[in-house]
Amino acid sequence: MSADQLLIFFAGIVGGALRVGAPFLFVSLGECITEKSGRINLGLEGVLVLSAMSAFGASYLSGSAWVGVLAAAATGALLATLHGVLCSLPRVNDIATGIALMLLGMGLAFYLGKPLIQPQAPQLPAIALGNWSDSAAVRSALQVNALVPIGIALAVALWWAFANTRAGLLVRMAGDSANATRALGYSVSAIRIAATAAGGMVAGLGGACLTLFYPGSWNEGISSGQGLIAVALVIFARWSPIRCVWTSLLFGGAGAIGPALQSIGISWGYHLFNIVPYVLTLLILVITCRPGTTVNGSPGELSSTR
Amino acid sequence: MRQSLANFLLPVGAIIAALGLFGVFVWFAGVSPVEVWLLLFKGAFGDWYSWQNTLQRAAPLMLTALCVAIPARAGLTVIGGEGAVVLGGLACAGLAQGLPLPANTVGTVMVCLAAAAAGGLWITLAGWLRQYRGINETISSLLLAYVAIGLFKHLVEGPLRDPSSLNKPSTFSLDESVRLGGIAGSDVHWGLVIGVLACLAAGLWMRITPSGFAVRVVGGNPRAAQLVGLPASKLILLACALGGASAGLAGAIEVAAVHTNANASLIAGYGYAGILVAFIARQHPVAIIPVAILFGGFGAAGSLLQRRLGLPDASVLVLQGIAFVLILASEALRDVDWKAFFARINRFGPSEPSPIPLPLEKP
Repeated sequence: MSADQLLIFFAGIVGGALRVGAPFLFVSLGECITEKSGRINLGLEGVLVLSAMSAFGASYLSGSAWVGVLAAAATGALLATLHGVLCSLPRVNDIATGIALMLLGMGLAFYLGKPLIQPQAPQLPAIALGNWSDSAAVRSALQVNALVPIGIALAVALWWAFANTRAGLLVRMAGDSANATRALGYSVSAIRIAATAAGGMVAGLGGACLTLFYPGSWNEGISSGQGLIAVALVIFARWSPIRCVWTSLLFGGAGAIGPALQSIGISWGYHLFNIVPYVLTLLILVITCRPGTTVNGSPGELSSTR
Repeated sequence: MRQSLANFLLPVGAIIAALGLFGVFVWFAGVSPVEVWLLLFKGAFGDWYSWQNTLQRAAPLMLTALCVAIPARAGLTVIGGEGAVVLGGLACAGLAQGLPLPANTVGTVMVCLAAAAAGGLWITLAGWLRQYRGINETISSLLLAYVAIGLFKHLVEGPLRDPSSLNKPSTFSLDESVRLGGIAGSDVHWGLVIGVLACLAAGLWMRITPSGFAVRVVGGNPRAAQLVGLPASKLILLACALGGASAGLAGAIEVAAVHTNANASLIAGYGYAGILVAFIARQHPVAIIPVAILFGGFGAAGSLLQRRLGLPDASVLVLQGIAFVLILASEALRDVDWKAFFARINRFGPSEPSPIPLPLEKP
């Protein structure tokens, strides 16, 4: 491997971390908001696929990628609200509801997205980070999605809001003790539905990253479990929005190994390198989880970590 | 009595409501709901041809639903059946390729056992991660499913690939003698018998054997299981192994009876549809049989909807999704006291607006 190839490979990994990591970032922030309120939403996988489809459709029909982003956020919020409301019914389990919404979101997306497989939609603008280099391959590898800075700003804002605002404290209280929330006269269900809806909205932006930037088209294999990985990422990030940013970038980088190797002409084991993020997630869960104890920083009401 | 009536009525009501909502959904696409309902019935159970198609699809669904239902009885929500199906199919094709198998039923049994072992080990891994590492089994089993699919694609497109399969990478075809044939000359293969027997055996195991009963105790009340000293971890791993073995068997059946080799068509979502079937059957192994036939029928009718009415092939997925959401939501109606409900309606009279009851928060 020559020095030039090595540069292209590393640019591919770094650029890939920002590109592949963007959907992880938004979905894990969305899951973070949801889980802080004491509920787990496995349906974010369905939210991701459905909002990816609606972002592409809205962008294609309106001619503006930003309309697509708005449509994605709205779709995500709607589907997540359904999750929130269903889980507030008596005897309804949040994990099972998440699986149901995963299937429903995918079904709706494949059904409504059938006419969208062929056309090209307007894409989000890119921020060029590679202008310092002469190599065209490095330049194209370091094109970054315009939503990434928004996501990072959102993570910082969430971190501040959870500690300093009334709404942030209410969400955390609902997540840590439903009884305390009730004692103070707030409705636990209302707070959780609102948090789930907000989480779905943020996760919807992740869907927009998929169809409006990278890979930049709509097909039925657009997401392969990114929504689920994000749920595990939140455990690894110990429910901190800032750590969600770092873990998303780490996972983006891991997911970019296969394509980066392909860009320098190594195509052996493409599928093997594609499973690196899943294996990495499992390894991280093995390291962070302990039987019989809860992970540090986990919301007290959460069912997945007990 | 009241509970068992609810066990029956709630899922049936939810499926009928799902069909109704699905009718409204296709109505938006400009298709007559009545026509869709008729076609769903015709495509699933209309004639002998559609019955064969339905039963062909029901066989793997029964086995993948067991992969959800058996661990669920031990208190686990395992949703990675797709991974076990894929690995089962791979083990079946791989064994037939790697070993000179006896060219009779013994060979068929051997490939089926290899598939069951592969699937069983894979789901046991998810159970082990939960019991000994404290990892949520729902997440880990699904991640493992993606790992399994990646491994499958790597092996099928690489080391195990039949060089003559150009456009669609697949393994070498199974020898004619090892394949599962049709029952009495029909298209319905022996996989259906395996599926039905597996469901009945699982039902009997849970009802009459001590180990099956112990698994139900562990799932129903972990504290009671601890107090009487049941080996909870071992029982949970056993349930996972049996569930995974069924799903692996589903993969072997698909390979040995339908595709004749392992290729990407094996990743057809049977694992996910099995989750729905198990939930509608309320995780009861025997109830899985009729529910799997019903949903196999909807799957079979899907292509008819596509050909006759021009609906996308994903319309069956939408129907499944709606049914899943309603089946979970229907649980909320279980505790409603219907006598009091109707009494209240009568008291106020039909013309007066009844007050909206405030939902009581349970502590």
